[in-house]
Amino acid sequence: MADHNNTHNSHGGERHEHGSIKSYIIGYIISIVLTIIPLVVVLNDMMGRTATIAVIMVTAALQFLVQLIFFMHVRDGEQPRWNLITLVFGILVLLTVVIGSIWIMGNNQIGTRM
Amino acid sequence: MAQSPAHGTDHHDHHAAGHHDPQDLKLLGFWMFLVTDVIMFGTLFATFMVLRGNTDGSITGAEVLEMNGIIISTFLLLTSSFTSGVAVLAMNQNKVKQMIIWLVITGLLGAAFLGLEVTEFIHLVHEGATLQTSAYWSAFFTLVGTHGVHVAVGLFWMIAIIIQIVRRGLNSDTRGKVTVFSLYWHFLDAVWIFLLSIVYLMEVM
Amino acid sequence: MLDNIKEFASEFFVTGDPLIYGADASIVLATIGIVFVLTYFKKWGWLWRNWITTVDHKKIGIMYILAAMLMLFRGGVDAVMMRTQLAFPDLNFLEPEHYNQIFTTHGVVMIFFMAMPLMFGLFNIIVPLQIGARDVAFPFLNSLSFWLFFAGAMLFNLSFVIGGSPDAGWLAYPPLSGAEFNPGVGQNFYIWGIQISGIGSLASGINFLVTILKMRAPGMTMMKLPMFTWSVFAASTTIIFAFPILTITLLLLFLDRFFGAHFFTLDGGGNPMMYINLIWMWGHPEVYIVVLPAFGVFSETVATFARKRLFGYASMVFAMVIISIISFFTWAHHFFTMGSGANVNSFFAISTMIIAIPTGVKIFNWLFTMYKGRITFPTPMMWTIAFIPAFVVGGMTGVMLSVAPADFQFHNSYFLIAHFHQVLIGGTVFGYFAGLYYWWPKMFGFKLNEYLGKWAFWFWNIGFYVCFMPQYLVGLDGMTRRISVFSNPDWIGLNIVSTIGAYLMGIAFLFQVAQIGYSIFRHEKDTTGDIWDGRTLEWSTPSPAPEYNFAVIPQVHSRDEWWEEKERRRRGEKPWQLGPIEPIHMPKNSAIPAIMSACWFVLGFGLVFHWLWMAIPGLIGVFICMFARSFSAHKAEYYIPVEEIERTEAKLRGGSV
Repeated sequence: MADHNNTHNSHGGERHEHGSIKSYIIGYIISIVLTIIPLVVVLNDMMGRTATIAVIMVTAALQFLVQLIFFMHVRDGEQPRWNLITLVFGILVLLTVVIGSIWIMGNNQIGTRM
Repeated sequence: MAQSPAHGTDHHDHHAAGHHDPQDLKLLGFWMFLVTDVIMFGTLFATFMVLRGNTDGSITGAEVLEMNGIIISTFLLLTSSFTSGVAVLAMNQNKVKQMIIWLVITGLLGAAFLGLEVTEFIHLVHEGATLQTSAYWSAFFTLVGTHGVHVAVGLFWMIAIIIQIVRRGLNSDTRGKVTVFSLYWHFLDAVWIFLLSIVYLMEVM
Repeated sequence: MLDNIKEFASEFFVTGDPLIYGADASIVLATIGIVFVLTYFKKWGWLWRNWITTVDHKKIGIMYILAAMLMLFRGGVDAVMMRTQLAFPDLNFLEPEHYNQIFTTHGVVMIFFMAMPLMFGLFNIIVPLQIGARDVAFPFLNSLSFWLFFAGAMLFNLSFVIGGSPDAGWLAYPPLSGAEFNPGVGQNFYIWGIQISGIGSLASGINFLVTILKMRAPGMTMMKLPMFTWSVFAASTTIIFAFPILTITLLLLFLDRFFGAHFFTLDGGGNPMMYINLIWMWGHPEVYIVVLPAFGVFSETVATFARKRLFGYASMVFAMVIISIISFFTWAHHFFTMGSGANVNSFFAISTMIIAIPTGVKIFNWLFTMYKGRITFPTPMMWTIAFIPAFVVGGMTGVMLSVAPADFQFHNSYFLIAHFHQVLIGGTVFGYFAGLYYWWPKMFGFKLNEYLGKWAFWFWNIGFYVCFMPQYLVGLDGMTRRISVFSNPDWIGLNIVSTIGAYLMGIAFLFQVAQIGYSIFRHEKDTTGDIWDGRTLEWSTPSPAPEYNFAVIPQVHSRDEWWEEKERRRRGEKPWQLGPIEPIHMPKNSAIPAIMSACWFVLGFGLVFHWLWMAIPGLIGVFICMFARSFSAHKAEYYIPVEEIERTEAKLRGGSV
């Protein structure tokens, strides 16, 4: 544990050794595809308003997952995964802030163009 | 800690006596910081979404936002997220030189992204859209600008890390720094995806 | 030239009020006094080495508590001044503008600069000791948190004599707090005082979560955590999810005021109600942040002084966690009257009522813990007992307020004032007092004088009910908050009584000051380290604990490990098998946190006065400090050799380890 200057890093090695070049490349390619889909849909006006919003949000959410799994390696690490638990609660609060604000302020719109 | 004079003692007993791996603590602490940052951006997104209709009769986003630059910056940042990951891979194989090269590439991509963002802001100001124009533009510049500030801070941070690695080489301390930095950089890319989707794509559709 | 300086000074310093001149004089005198004492006794080096640069969680905790006590005094003086003004109709003790400033600073000081630091003080002193750790996870960050809090608190309090205090209420609703209606610097002090200390709070939240998750003694699973530590866990979770919202909300208000943005303005498409929505998303969890640790304190004191295991441990943990989650789903009950429609109001009314259930579970757990216990009543236990009726009544009126249609009557009346003071004083303050009395011997090695403590207790409690019960009634009679004069004859009697109550609490505070002063000079040294016959690990260390806390980290087998250990010893069984003493790995002191916070102070002060020539160097200083830390962190640790630990232990424990 305290063996820090040693480059072979036998103990800490497992912790750092997650991910391979293959997983990074797969993640990168999926991300590019998930970015192109909404761009094509939006810039060519391919769908109606609701459907477009759905495509944008779904691809964004999927790409977020891709980043988490292929780049940030949330699945790795020892149990219990406190980082993942924190993130899940964080997203719950985030959704509360966003959806709650829109819901409440939707009843209190002033100065809007809609 | 590796430099400590008292360090020659038996490691295994340290562990048993509740000696905690500092890198492990830092990684979890940094995750928690990122989650707080998620909520900060969430609050900005919420504000943007509530105020997105409030253009006060002046210029709207759809009129002046240029998607070409945004698409290029999206791919720049996405690629830099990938290269920062490759840098970590090189680090895990103890290829210091390769790692630094990949980090520098990441930094250059990030700097190019920032350059495009500044160009975009200048363009918008010329079109008459500033922080003071309307609630919509206040929310726009604050949200996009906060992300840009994060990228800029990340660049300075990366330079500091590269200097330290050149000076001290790879050890558990500097390894931890690179790992944490790459997490931060992936996170910024993830935030950008939502910026692209909610601020730009939903505006120009 | 001279005229220019004169003009500047008359704007820069607050002028025209004899009360403030008095304050100016006393601040100058106190500063001179402190500087003189430190110089005369040659204590500057001691102050720098032992306190300002320390990263020891116990010392940081003591500094937090000291600052909180000073702020309690300041906020208390504000309160007494307000009650004096409202004692009789049409009084002219405070001008309306001054009254506005005082109710604003009273609220801000009490929540941000009294309750929060008192809470962090208890976290700091107790959590590492309770979980068998040698320090928090990030000792440097911990010191930084304290100094950021301190810089923020000083910046905010400076507004009293320089530039003018904020006067838009403790949550600074726009448009009143916006540049258009509040062009002075007072609201800027508000924004930066809170922003800087808020960053510190956020860092503390992360620090304590990681400490609790990763630094527990071997064998201490999460379900063996002492209940106070669980409450810290719940509060820290709430902090890391709620404080980012505050940071952003204040940032947006700052952008409105400083750069002319239009988030919350009346023109340019801004929406002031969005501020109210955002600030309460932080504000509601905040009240649970400050009350949860009080629940934790009561769980410790009840078990210790009833000499029984805490009843319903699992349900207690469950209740804490549920409270901290539901606290994020109730915020709109603070603005039912905004007009968000029946669907929104119904949702938030129901979620508010639901949160009363886990709180009720906890009350029953404490009562059942006491049931058939052999209860003793030293001061910590007295505060615990006093808490229960105070909080039950406060909670019940809270449920009344949660009924959305009825809230249209109660909203912003003195009924509301009475309610939240009852839960904040009866819950949070009573809880922290209980904690302070309970752990004082652990901090300083002696008990506070019980006789004076009981006088303080009774003055506090009687004053509390005399002050706030009439406010419920006068609120139902239609008196609204934040009025500086009244002339309605129906309200006179109740207001006089309420003011008497406020003075009784003021006297109670003086008793506490006397109690602390007396006890410092006259006390019996505690040599056992376990003065209350406690149950958790902090009582297994000497009082005060040595810098490394535990010479050898114990192996934990059960919830009340120290109590079980004492039982084992009483039964004559084998005591703890502690391993041999080894060199202990410790963080070095660092001056960076204090310097960096000073840079934050300079940055904040510059932004308050729109002085970029001052703000920009401050910001650069902050970044230089960050880089300095990044480059030096790996050298900031050392080992305490075994011989030194053995010497310290022998001295503290009289030879036996």
